[in-house]
Amino acid sequence: MTAELIHRLHFAFTITFHYLFPQLTMGLALLIVVLKSVALKTGSEQWDRAARFWGRIFAINFVFGVVTGIPMEFEFGTNWARFSRLSGGVIGQPLAMEGVFSFFLESAFLGLFLYGENRISKRMHWFSAVMVFVGSWISGFFIIVTDAWMQHPVAYDRLPNGQFEVLSFWQLLMNPWGLLQYAHNMTGAVVTGSFVMAATGAFYLLEGRIENYGRIFLKVGVIAGLVSSILIIFPTGDLHGKYVARNQPAAIAAMEGLFHSEAGAGLVLMGQPNEETGQIDNPIVVNDMLSFLIYGTTKAEVKGLDQIPHDQWPTALPLLYYAYHIMAGLGTWFALLMIVSAILLWRKRLYTARWALWALLLSFPLPYIANTAGWMTAELGRQPWLIYGLMRTSEGYSNTVSASNGLFTLLGFMGLYLLLGILFTVLIYREISNGPEAIAVDTARID
Amino acid sequence: MMGFIWFWLVAVMIVGYVVLDGFDLGVGVLHLFLVRNEAERRTTLASIGPVWDGNEVWLLAGGGTLYFAFPLLYASAFSGFYLPLMIVLWLLILRGISIELRNHVEVGVWRALLDGLFGLSSALLTIFFGAALANVLRGVPLQADGYFFLPLWTNWQPGPHPGILDWYTVIGGLVALIALTLHGALWLSIKTSGELEDRAHRIVTPLWIALVTLTMVSLAATIVVRPASLNNYFNYPFTLVVPAGVIASMAGIWLFNRKAQPVKAFLSSCLYLFFMLAGACWGLYPTLLPATTGAANDITLSRALSGPHTLAAGLVWWGFGMILAIGYIVFVYAKFRGKVDLHANGH
Repeated sequence: MTAELIHRLHFAFTITFHYLFPQLTMGLALLIVVLKSVALKTGSEQWDRAARFWGRIFAINFVFGVVTGIPMEFEFGTNWARFSRLSGGVIGQPLAMEGVFSFFLESAFLGLFLYGENRISKRMHWFSAVMVFVGSWISGFFIIVTDAWMQHPVAYDRLPNGQFEVLSFWQLLMNPWGLLQYAHNMTGAVVTGSFVMAATGAFYLLEGRIENYGRIFLKVGVIAGLVSSILIIFPTGDLHGKYVARNQPAAIAAMEGLFHSEAGAGLVLMGQPNEETGQIDNPIVVNDMLSFLIYGTTKAEVKGLDQIPHDQWPTALPLLYYAYHIMAGLGTWFALLMIVSAILLWRKRLYTARWALWALLLSFPLPYIANTAGWMTAELGRQPWLIYGLMRTSEGYSNTVSASNGLFTLLGFMGLYLLLGILFTVLIYREISNGPEAIAVDTARID
Repeated sequence: MMGFIWFWLVAVMIVGYVVLDGFDLGVGVLHLFLVRNEAERRTTLASIGPVWDGNEVWLLAGGGTLYFAFPLLYASAFSGFYLPLMIVLWLLILRGISIELRNHVEVGVWRALLDGLFGLSSALLTIFFGAALANVLRGVPLQADGYFFLPLWTNWQPGPHPGILDWYTVIGGLVALIALTLHGALWLSIKTSGELEDRAHRIVTPLWIALVTLTMVSLAATIVVRPASLNNYFNYPFTLVVPAGVIASMAGIWLFNRKAQPVKAFLSSCLYLFFMLAGACWGLYPTLLPATTGAANDITLSRALSGPHTLAAGLVWWGFGMILAIGYIVFVYAKFRGKVDLHANGH
């Protein structure tokens, strides 16, 4: 195994595991604000307890996000030193801003939210929840700004020593790629939060216990799930896809499995890309659809991989193709399931429709897979570039850190994260089994 | 000028991290042997529960600031210190998980395991941080291209081919362990009451004696290992106020602890950490990372500094952001001020 591959796997593994947590943090932060707002407006103790219950799950999830997030900032330097040396002046800024503008805010108000409920007023407690939400969403923004600059570098200059320098700070933050990606990504986080909340509600109703809370979770989860599952496709996914098509033609061709340029290109729903023959095996295709989706007309020509020099093809082409198709396929399922669930909710039949409750319960892992697949699409689509068009991945890793040392720490992370994954699952399972009533009793005693 | 400003801004972030996360690391070390029962342990952990996470943010924000202000230093040091940094990351992960999950576990055996992990990871982190600073002061085998790679240890000598650990950096690690444990003991004597407070108060004396001894040894060792550390002090004699501050703050810790004024003793300990770190930074300036392979390979301020636009933009948002951040921090500490009362504190 080459050092380049090890360093790529190192970052890919640790960031993939890390992002399992922030997507729930960001989605749930919004839903907790919803619960707290209803509680504040109606004075309902039940909604307050619901918020407290999700606050506990949020706290566990948050800590896993924090501890797996710290390595990410370090790895820019440890594993990608040559990249950091040249690009630090640009992407170091949003990364530092994340700490200064988001983490201080988030950690301060989360401390108040979790530990301070009886030291502050109800309104202040609600405000803490809002600030935790704001902090976590600011954090997401700066990470997206960082990634967007690597995907679509803007507002930079090069110093004589080769380093990148920010020319316009405002343009760096307002990178159009970043804004679209942010909208799409944050909606994805809300999808995860909604599905987790709805699945928990479905679990309680199917079990026939704590049903009053089950109904609250289902209602909030399904409504937020409906809105986010639609927004994730249209307009955020649609606009983001069109922007990728215009700016990274190699990525879109590989994602769609389009080996040959075509006027009236078809949309491949299924099939396996065959790099040797340059075809899709066992294809199921909707004619003209790809041209329409990208350019709004069925006759437009879409650039295929044949027009792109082979050394600029994404390096893991089949994986990129599958990641994209998994994301898009699951996204379709989310919209269908949430539309049906919302109709049932509106018709007041959701709470007794066991088949729908089962579908919601079993679907909770899927947004995690879809969000992960979406990020794989973005990052594999950028290959072979580290900074699109400017710096190749092979030029960025730390060449003083040998493959052996990299493998040593990668294995260490794998072992540690296996342990963390088990621990997380057990803890969350216990919280959900205990339910909101268990905490309510505990808190009442302390009050 | 920009270089001077950003050098000291990064130094401020490091001091902020050490002073703030320092006491919760110290509490982590102490809770291994200072507490006698479950209630005391919960009190001890509750004294840092709402703040440890925010304290750790200083490390991240400081790292980010270093990254964009001095990309060469960030790239070189982080890849060169690859192995110890990865160990630090693993320790930070174990520590964060163990303190936070303790609240969610009721079984005694698991609690004992998490407590042990929390104490051990806190202790090892203080040692690693101290050793890391000592590595920077001693210098590393930088090549002409600005990179190096250090093994964990070689022959334990701070010569031209050192490892992360040698006799000098081990002293640095011990200074940090004792200084932060003392810092944590003073925090506990502010935040706790009764027998626990007494014990925290009493343990300060032996820790203080160890601290004074180790501080003197480490200062002497630094002069032996890198005599150039003294240059700035000889060229600008008024800066000898920094070592004088180290001595005065150590005296302050002793005095105020004896008079049972824990807040003032704790502030003296903050000053001690500040003077020690500022003294180390001033001993280096304008070098950021000295080379053991000859001064031509040193990473200096001017060599590592980012472009002018980057730094100018950074100055604006950094100043604005840190004022906001200090606002929240003061607010949270004010909300949680006073002795920990388990019954009022929940969780």
